[in-house]
Amino acid sequence: MSSTATTPLVEVTNLSVHFRNADATVHAVNGVDFTLNAGEVLGILGESGSGKSVTLKTLMRLLPEKKTTIGGGMRVAGHDVLSLDRAGLIAFRGRVASMIFQEPMLAFDPVFTIGQQIAETVIQHEGVSREVAMARALEMLERVQIPSAKRRLEAYPHEMSGGMRQRAMIALALACKPQLLLADEPTTALDATVQIQILLLLRQLQKEMGMAVIFVTHDVGAAVEVSDRIAVMYAGRFVETGDVRTVIRKPGHPYTQGLLAANVLPGTGIHAGKRGDRIEAIPGAPPNMVTLAPGCAFEPRCKWAEERCGTKVPEPLPSADGGAAHLVRCVRAVA
Amino acid sequence: MSLLDVQGLVKHFPIKSGLLNRQTATVRAVDGVSFAIAAGETLGVVGESGCGKSTTARLIMHLIEHDAGNIAFDGKTVGSQHMQLKELRRQMQMVFQDSYASLNPRLTIEESIAFGPQVHGLGRTEARARARDLLARVGLNPAQFIRRYPHELSGGQRQRVNIARALALEPKLVILDESVSALDKSVQAQVLNLLADLKQEFKLTYMFISHDLNVVQYISDRVMVMYLGRIAEIGPVGEIYSNPRHPYTRALLSAMPSVDPDDRTEAPPLTGDPPNPINPPSGCRFRTRCEHAEAVCKQKEPVLNMIGTGHSAACHMMNAGSGHSKIIPIAVAA
Amino acid sequence: MSAPLASAAAAVFTEPPPVVVSRGYWATVFARVLRDKVTVFCALVLICMLLMAIFAPWIAPKDPTATSMLKRLALIGSEGYLLGTDELGRDMLSRLIYGARLSLFIGIVPVINAFLIGTLLGVLAGFLGGRVNTVIMRTIDVFFAFPSVLLAIAISGALGAGIFNSIVSLTIVFIPPITRVAESVTTQVRGLDFVEAARASGANALTIIRVHILGNVLGPVFIYATSLMSVCMILASGLSFLGLGTKPPAAEWGLMLNTLRTAIYTNPWVAALPGVMIFTTSICFNMMSDGLRQAMDIKE
Repeated sequence: MSSTATTPLVEVTNLSVHFRNADATVHAVNGVDFTLNAGEVLGILGESGSGKSVTLKTLMRLLPEKKTTIGGGMRVAGHDVLSLDRAGLIAFRGRVASMIFQEPMLAFDPVFTIGQQIAETVIQHEGVSREVAMARALEMLERVQIPSAKRRLEAYPHEMSGGMRQRAMIALALACKPQLLLADEPTTALDATVQIQILLLLRQLQKEMGMAVIFVTHDVGAAVEVSDRIAVMYAGRFVETGDVRTVIRKPGHPYTQGLLAANVLPGTGIHAGKRGDRIEAIPGAPPNMVTLAPGCAFEPRCKWAEERCGTKVPEPLPSADGGAAHLVRCVRAVA
Repeated sequence: MSLLDVQGLVKHFPIKSGLLNRQTATVRAVDGVSFAIAAGETLGVVGESGCGKSTTARLIMHLIEHDAGNIAFDGKTVGSQHMQLKELRRQMQMVFQDSYASLNPRLTIEESIAFGPQVHGLGRTEARARARDLLARVGLNPAQFIRRYPHELSGGQRQRVNIARALALEPKLVILDESVSALDKSVQAQVLNLLADLKQEFKLTYMFISHDLNVVQYISDRVMVMYLGRIAEIGPVGEIYSNPRHPYTRALLSAMPSVDPDDRTEAPPLTGDPPNPINPPSGCRFRTRCEHAEAVCKQKEPVLNMIGTGHSAACHMMNAGSGHSKIIPIAVAA
Repeated sequence: MSAPLASAAAAVFTEPPPVVVSRGYWATVFARVLRDKVTVFCALVLICMLLMAIFAPWIAPKDPTATSMLKRLALIGSEGYLLGTDELGRDMLSRLIYGARLSLFIGIVPVINAFLIGTLLGVLAGFLGGRVNTVIMRTIDVFFAFPSVLLAIAISGALGAGIFNSIVSLTIVFIPPITRVAESVTTQVRGLDFVEAARASGANALTIIRVHILGNVLGPVFIYATSLMSVCMILASGLSFLGLGTKPPAAEWGLMLNTLRTAIYTNPWVAALPGVMIFTTSICFNMMSDGLRQAMDIKE
């Protein structure tokens, strides 16, 4: 990004995450680098198994420590996330960075009311009195536009509908005004008319509170609605990063191109899929993350594959027509 | 003549609770649904959770019994002496959403596909030969796959196996219940292409149920929009997408996230969640979320009204005599 | 957009070649068990016990029923008596070896019986549902109202002492828990899409149970049954201890524990030996059952 004077809020350098189990080692993340400025929204777009959720969970140190090997570095707002101790981690989660999930029931304890749980977080991080904390909880529920918020403070998680629970989880995550919000497919399980409400709510809250957001999704539309920048992830690497307009309009990586074509987006004017036409499908299936080939991971499915693709993973380099901020990991896209 | 003709289909699920297991409430899952599917066409069914689209599919398959209504297949009422259930099940097959749960983990791919034909009296050797043939048709190399188990396959491969399993009985109608929804986009596109090919090759008729409006638009000839156990609007795909008449259809379409960074969605078309089908609103079920709702919408239930060639909507605004203040004139005389 | 990507039709056979050589479910489970050292060890111990029971006449150094008033309660390591003697001067080592026969027999056979009957009842109740389910499961509930130890004692007491009667009473004790597990697993499996798909292809109930239900129910129920074997051994020993099971002078670990209890102050190490055998066998059954459960939990 252009702002070099200020240090970015998030700096991830050469992040790798491997899971060991009895059968094999899964190479979930294989060298991810990115920076994110305060108030910026990065959308990570990828399919299942691409390592997008793992990247987020690593930023929160949510992965089981015993079975996970993490390499590289992560700094968030001056904190070296990987070296935080237990106390540091508790202060970090919720206060500096917060996370929302696809399934809100995971974020809530079923035996406490929504109000109690939000207030508890505020008391823990800010040491305020219960009254102040409850007032904050009410303010948060109003902020996420839950109707009759006062009554909802007394509600238990299971008493709310899916969309309301999602809003309550956002309220919980933002209660201590974190600088960074990590959103892991928060709208995937929702109905279409509810999904758009949550997307717009996130966009609005991000503007109002000025926080940075990393939004992980498999849905191109959801990513476009909220993101300033988009990173496309494949086999544990960012294969393409850039401004949302550049990535959507001039995708440089063959995988991004295929993904956009496969989305069958009729009537958008970008690439209207006509009825009856065949969809331009990427052949084959995503790679096995246990036995990852040495070269470009997309090479077996790529129609442009050449001999050099199989030997070495391409470096992320500025694309030919997208400018310096548009990085593509493909030997063909480089200027 | 239509291949499938559904008239006034109703299914209510009782909710029992308490010590004596008394019925305390009713889920009106499907509440008076009538439609037809012509041979060779694809009917897309869209709607949010609780709209009754999956229940409708299971009722048509006779996996659950309907409370009222009539289902006729090929002009014959199902369950009558002209059409035995077992015969119906040969002619009508279903592919489910969860590719893993719909394959028996203890059977090989070949055994799973050959099961249906064997039930219908085909010999073991012939059934297995058919399984191998079908595997090749759905794009999986039989030599590689027949002896494998479901957990050794990817999601896309498993769904291809499920499609082969459905086709093994040589059905006329295939009901696809969110069959591509769980797949990754790149794999989903492959399976959609496959479905299009198979339809042509085997002269199939599809009922394609999905919450994904893009996919439904791509694959369907006609589209049926459901809301809380009723049909809101049904018509040709072009009409539904370019000239939606029911306020709910319009809301659904404008709720699709934009893929143009310079034309993002500004305001959500609807607020709140879909109501619970246990106690649906009186009159028009959509009135609680509809910006055009009036007194008449609360009192009277709108009927499906013809508003164009093969295009009907259940909304008082499309019915000149309903008493709604905002009657929208119908361009094409019914 | 750039030129069209390869169409799906062309992609038909470009699926990646098989990475895993398919070896079937049970073969996979077996391979996973082999990697679990604790389970393998427990299985080996149990196999040794079984071999010991089968070949008792050839292994045992002395006649297990030969008494000697002179050599009563000899200490462990006494000359000629590696593990000492009991209160009637019988060789402990030989009696423990012979004891494996009866102890394993009345520890395993009731569970196998209950496994067969309970699975049948549970699958019927789970698959048919409705009235059948109500009748079977409510009857089972009645048995659950009694603690298993009391139930075993009551039935044995009513039928009278003896090996056959204790097997009958233990079978009755273990039918309810196995039925309940079988019923709940069946109910789960019945709700899965592949059973729906089988119904949709026109198969009748019997075919569906045979092809689709049993294969998925037997495994989990079998694991549960193996975990009951330890309980069964202990209950059987308890019955013998109370004089409701095997009768003297037969060698059976529970009975030996009973007759040796008078010697607990004079020769505690010898008196504890039958207990050690019961403990070892039952813990091995439990650990093996745990290991099997983990090995069978194959995820995608």
